[in-house]
Parts: sequence; structure tokens; C-alpha cells
Amino acid sequence: MSSWLDYTINGLIVGNVYALVAVGLALIFGVSRLINFAQGSIYLVGAYIGWVAVVRLHTPLPLTIIVVAAATAVVGLIIERFGLRPLQNSVRIAPLLATIGISFVLDQLVMLTFSPNPRALPSQLPDVRFQLGGGTIGPLDLLIAGVGLTSALLLFVFLRYTKLGWAVRATAQDRDAAMQMGVDVNRVNQAVFGIAAALGGVSGMLVGMYYNQIDTAMSLQATLKGVVAEVVGGAGNVPGAVIGSLLLGLVESYGVAVFGTSYRNLFAFLLLVVVLVLRPNGLFASARQAPPEPLTGTFIAPSRPVRIPRWALLVAAAAFAVLPFFPVSSYVLQTLINAWLLGMLALSLTLVAGTIGQVSLGHAALLAIGAYTSALLSLTLAVPVGLAVIGGGLMSAALGTLLISPSFRLRGHYVSIATLAIGEIVSLVILNWESVTRGPIGISGIPPLSLFGHDLISPLSVYWFSFAVMLVLALVQGRLLGSHLGRSFRAIRDDDIAARAYGLSLNRYKSLAFIFGGFAAGVSGGIAAHLYSYINHETFNTQQSILALTVVILGGLGNVVGAIVGSVALVGLPELFRIAAEYRILIYGIVLLLLVRFRPQGLLGTI
Amino acid sequence: MTNPSPDPLLALFNVNTFYGQAQVHFDLSITVARGHIVCLLGGNASGKSTTMKIILGLVKPRSGEVTFDGASLIGLSTPQIVRRGIASVPEARRLFADMSVRENILMGAFVRNDREAVALDLDRMLTLFPKLGQRLSQRAGSLSGGEQQMVAMARALMSRPRMIVMDEPTMGLSPLYVDRVLDLIRSINQVGVSVFMVEQNASLALEIAHEAYVLQTGRIVLSGPARALKDDPRVRDAYLGGSEAA
Repeated sequence: MSSWLDYTINGLIVGNVYALVAVGLALIFGVSRLINFAQGSIYLVGAYIGWVAVVRLHTPLPLTIIVVAAATAVVGLIIERFGLRPLQNSVRIAPLLATIGISFVLDQLVMLTFSPNPRALPSQLPDVRFQLGGGTIGPLDLLIAGVGLTSALLLFVFLRYTKLGWAVRATAQDRDAAMQMGVDVNRVNQAVFGIAAALGGVSGMLVGMYYNQIDTAMSLQATLKGVVAEVVGGAGNVPGAVIGSLLLGLVESYGVAVFGTSYRNLFAFLLLVVVLVLRPNGLFASARQAPPEPLTGTFIAPSRPVRIPRWALLVAAAAFAVLPFFPVSSYVLQTLINAWLLGMLALSLTLVAGTIGQVSLGHAALLAIGAYTSALLSLTLAVPVGLAVIGGGLMSAALGTLLISPSFRLRGHYVSIATLAIGEIVSLVILNWESVTRGPIGISGIPPLSLFGHDLISPLSVYWFSFAVMLVLALVQGRLLGSHLGRSFRAIRDDDIAARAYGLSLNRYKSLAFIFGGFAAGVSGGIAAHLYSYINHETFNTQQSILALTVVILGGLGNVVGAIVGSVALVGLPELFRIAAEYRILIYGIVLLLLVRFRPQGLLGTI
Repeated sequence: MTNPSPDPLLALFNVNTFYGQAQVHFDLSITVARGHIVCLLGGNASGKSTTMKIILGLVKPRSGEVTFDGASLIGLSTPQIVRRGIASVPEARRLFADMSVRENILMGAFVRNDREAVALDLDRMLTLFPKLGQRLSQRAGSLSGGEQQMVAMARALMSRPRMIVMDEPTMGLSPLYVDRVLDLIRSINQVGVSVFMVEQNASLALEIAHEAYVLQTGRIVLSGPARALKDDPRVRDAYLGGSEAA
């Protein structure tokens, strides 16, 4: 590949693939105002079903496409029926969290069935390339373009000329009015999920053939790219999603041409953040099409928190403090150290997501900033480790708040998308900024924790250190929530318009929440860096962001004690039951799904 | 209170509705006799629109009974209720703004499967609402408020309903269109469709209705033949707050 024409063709082909994912997302968003974070998992499932069909069953290409479309459509129908329909009357955050849980479960099931190793997915098409002007085009390019155009045509005919298609359009424009015309909204949801899944599945299969490789990491990338394309085109706008996808494909392809492959995703997420900040309704949404997100208060389940007497908390804290004096194995201490580190992250997230209502999906980025800052301070500037960790916290607070601040005017789902994108951007900057972060090699030889010149190497000292830090952060946060400031935070969560009408400056309070939350997460990341002694751009990934979110929901949004209880439970219980590592994420996904369905307020309740 | 007709088309009996902790309806009982126009009057926040939503199954009452043509509607979904023969003209029209006028009107026939008859009914709507003929391929959202009200009424009629429920059909319309809408309601009624309408504008509604109920903070405080209520000073009092608020 050399000429600009080649990059343009590549951009359009990749854009076509994104369009298949994004159109499904747009259909679903149109009908149920939901961003389906499981779309990428269906794409993954499609790729693997394609692999089974081609490699094991030796199906011819047309049959492969039909098999993949039909099988993934069934997966979509199952997700709609059993994952989302029971949540119809719950708070709006519930289906969003459910799709995240479903996505974890599907990805892990694929990984457990097929192993995480990449597999080759041969395309069955002759390997020739035709000259086209200054560039070349292959049969697979034509196939992808053909599938894209055919799908678009079929979808157009469906929406324009069939009764169910009319019902889909009517529901997207006014759900209640559609019901009053006799439209069965459940059937519409079913249709939309089936179509979206079939398109996503075929897209995954095509991408697998295009790169002749499939692996489980495809899932999150596909969701992210689809969401980017859909939001750029205007959430819920089907033609917009197609144009957004092609635009995204071109931007990426030209970005790669100028800067190199490792910048591909960076351009995608920068495009998303720019669009979100400048035109949150997307490039092609008219003012009317995307109804405003409801107030954040309807986004989070109200509940009465479980009251825990102060003495019980003191007893529990004392018990954990003296625990190392009893004959416990270092394995137990190690597990609890992990729980305390996760607890700090959960404290941060429960403040940001629970107390002030900004559901962040990119919280691991704060860990990464803290970890890199602390590691580099101690390694290159020889700053004492204790101070370096605090430096990591401060940097995370400052940089995290700065990065998220352009998105302060977003609400609901859009905050989640923006934080997800910012999280990815941080990780990509770490990957590409080699002169500072050492790029893909990562940082090794990070000095161990130390305090006033004494190295903390024994599990015992690390245990006390991390427990003490977490306890201090929790106490400060507890005081904060009981104060005037905490009330202002909750007022903004429950009704930001009313809060503003009472003179609260939303930006100032959101900044304060992210500063405090960023510090706690940054400290956690800093401590982790010195414990691990090696970090790279993948040490702190989206899985950790989602794990932290699961912890926070398990404990109860905004609930300080809940965040710690949730961390101990999610880190400790799998250890207690000796669950193999590869099943853990599956279990986190299932826990998230069950919580959303049966106890959305968490164990200890929302505060 | 009036004696309920022996075999009403629609009947609400002792309905109690809650939004969370707040009670919206207190033992609400309303009947609509076959072939009649019945209006429910009341000020803001009296529970009028919620009554519509109860009938259409969009809100579930905590207790009480709702029957249509003798059969209970409790527990039915909105589409099922629509299939029983109730069409709605929702508050503020609620057209499908990005669909064409033709598509909007045909959406009204969503529950029907007789395509030829639907096509004939569409022609009938164009004779009933001649202005819409030139607007058929236009986006519904681009019409004026009065024209949108015409589309909403045509849309409701397309399901060949036995009853139409209307939520404030004259709201936000110019005086010219208000008269036109009232005439239309009367002529819809004359072909045998019962009408249950919710209105704030008592004097207009009482002109065309057979019976009327006055709702105040969730309770029926007055009811009877529309003729009798027209000159009843208590109707006005009910609007101004009456005993409850004082």
C-alpha cells in the first residue's frame, strides 16, 4: 500500500465494516435509547462462528454468510429477551450496565471455548488484486463493499416498505404514540436486536477474513469503533451511522498513512471526543431527533442505604488492622492487598459515578496516570517513593480532571462514552509517547515501596501501608459526603437543572469530584506500580474499569463502605473458592448482570 | 351524581392510581355510554391525563376496575387495548414527525390487515380532511398545529375504532381550528364512534359533550349531563381551587 488511492480504498472498506456495526447500534439506540455495549461481542461471536463454518464445516462463502447472520441474530434475540426485556421498567442505567455484563460473559465464553490464541480465518476468495487508477483492489474488498451495500438496501426496503419496518421507525420517533397505534414494542425491540446482531456478526466474520486473523480482543475494539461511528453520525440516526463510519474509516486510514499504524485508534477516539464536545448530538442529528437524555436522577436507582453502626465499622477496621498478627498465609495478605488497591479505585469511582452521577467507564486511565507518574518520578528524578506516589495521585487528579472537563456538559450515556474514549486515549498516548513512557516496552525496575527511607518489601508492611492509605481516603470521603459539598454533589446527580437553578456551578463541583476521585485512583495506581515493579500501557485496561464499576454497583453507588466491601468480595471470593483466573471475568460479568436485575441498589444501597 | 348507564361502553370503577407515594386518583368512577361524547374537565394536575393513560393501559392503577364493552382492560397491554377498538388522539398530537403525512395516517391502521379496505379508508380521510390531500408526502413535523391535529384525528379514525380518547384536542390551536375540531368531533360521533375527551376548556367541551365529569385533585367533584353543567357555577369554582385547596 502506498498511494493515497490505496489509503482511500482501505478507509472506505474499513468504514464499511464499521458501518455494519454502527447501523445496528443506531437502530437499537433509536428504538430504546440504549447504547448496546454488547455489540462488539456479537461481532466476535460472528467471527468465531464464521471460523467454525469455514475451517471445520467447509461451507461455501454464501452459506457461511447466511449461517453467521442467522446464528448471531439468534444471539441478539436471546440478549433482548433474557438480558434486557426484564429491565424495561428499571432505571436507565440498568440496561446499559446489563449490556456491559453481557459483553463480558460472551467474550469470556468465546475465550473459554476457543482459547485466547488468535486463529486464522481464510477468506475462500482468490488472492488477486485488480489495478484501479493508482491503487489496487481485491475480491475481498469488493465482497465487503457488496455486503455493505446489500445490507443498506435491504434495511432501507425493510424500514420503508414493511409493516414491522414502519413500526420500528414509529417507535424510534415516539414510543408511547407507537404503542397507542397498536405497535407491540417488544416485537420491535426483538426485530432491531436481531437485525443489529446479524449485521454485527457478518461484520466480524468479514473483518476476520480481511486480516485473516481473529482473536478475542476484537470485541472491545469493535464496540468502541461502532460507538464512535454512531455517535459521530448522530445517535439513533441510521444513515448518519453509515456516513460516520465511512468518515471514521477514512480518518483512521489517512492517520495511519501520515503517522503510522499505532496511531489508528488514537484518531478514532480523538474524533469522538471532538464531536462529543462540539456537537454532542452528532454531525447529522437535527435538534429534534435526539431527545435530551433524561435528568441524571432517573439514571441511578434511588434507595435507602443500609445503616451500619459506627462501632461495627470500627471493629471491622480494627480486625483487618490486627489480622497480620494472626497466623495467616502471605497469600491471604496478598489477596487483601489487591482488595485495598481496588478499594481505592472503587472509592474514586463511587464518588464520581455514584455521588455525582458521572458513570465513568475509563477509570483505569487514572490508575495508569498515577502509576506512570510515580514510577517515572522515582526512577528518573530519584524522588522518594512515598512522595512519588503522592505525586502520582496529584498528577492523576490534575490531568484526569483536565481531560474530562470538556465533557462536563454531557449527560447520562454520553458521559460513559466520553470517559471510555478518554481512557483509551490515555492508554494510546502512553503507547506512542515513547520518549517519556518508553512506549510498548513499558517501564521495568520500578523501585519498591518505601516510607522515610525504609523499604516496604514484606507482605506485612505492604498490607499495612495500603490498608492505611485506603482507610484515610475512605475517612476523608466519608466526611466529604456528610458535608455541604456532598449534598451539592448529590443534588447535581439527582437533578442537575434544579441544582443549577439553585446556583450550583456544575463544572466546579464536577471538577472537585474528579480531583478527589483522581487523587484516590492515582495513589492506587502509584502503589500498584511499585508493587508490580513493571508496568506497560496494558497494565491498567478497560477490564479494570469495568471491574471497578462492578465493585461500586455491588457495594451501592456512592456508598463508601460499600466500595470497600465490594472490593473485598470481588477480589476475595474468587480466591476463597479457588476459581481459576480465566473464569473470573466471566463471574464478574454474571455478578454484574444479576445485580442489575435483582438488586440494582447494591448490597449496602445507594447513598 | 348521574346514574351510570346500564350497559356502558367504557367504565372506570373505583380506580386508585399512584405515582410512587403520591396518590393521583381517589376512587375514580366514570362511565361512557355507547354513542356518547363524554368529557372530563379539570385544571392542571387534577389527574386528567393520567385518566387517559389508565384507559390506554400506559399507567396501571393500583386498584379498581376498567371495562370496555363489558370486558376488563386491567392487565392488557396498550396494543391489546387498541385492538379492542380504542383509538387515541394524544396530548400535543404526538405525530411521528419524521414520517410523511400519509405514513402517519396509515400508522393508525397498524392493527388492521385488510389492505384494500385500509386504502379506501385513506381516501375517505382525504374527503373528511381535504387539506391533507396536498400534504400527503410532506413530513408530518412540518405541518402547522391545526393541520397536525387533523392528521392525529385521521390517524385515530383509521383503526375503525369504537371509541376515541382525546387528550386536550383543542390545546394550542387557533380559534378557527378550535371550531373545526369541535365540528369534527361531533361528526365523528355521529357515525357511531363514542368519544371520551379530556379538556381544560370547559365551555367549549360542554358545547359538544353529552355528559361531563369535573375532576379536582384526583376526585370527581361534579358530574351530569353537559347541558345542566353548562350554567352550573360550581364548575367554575372547581377550577378555581374550591374547597380542597382552601
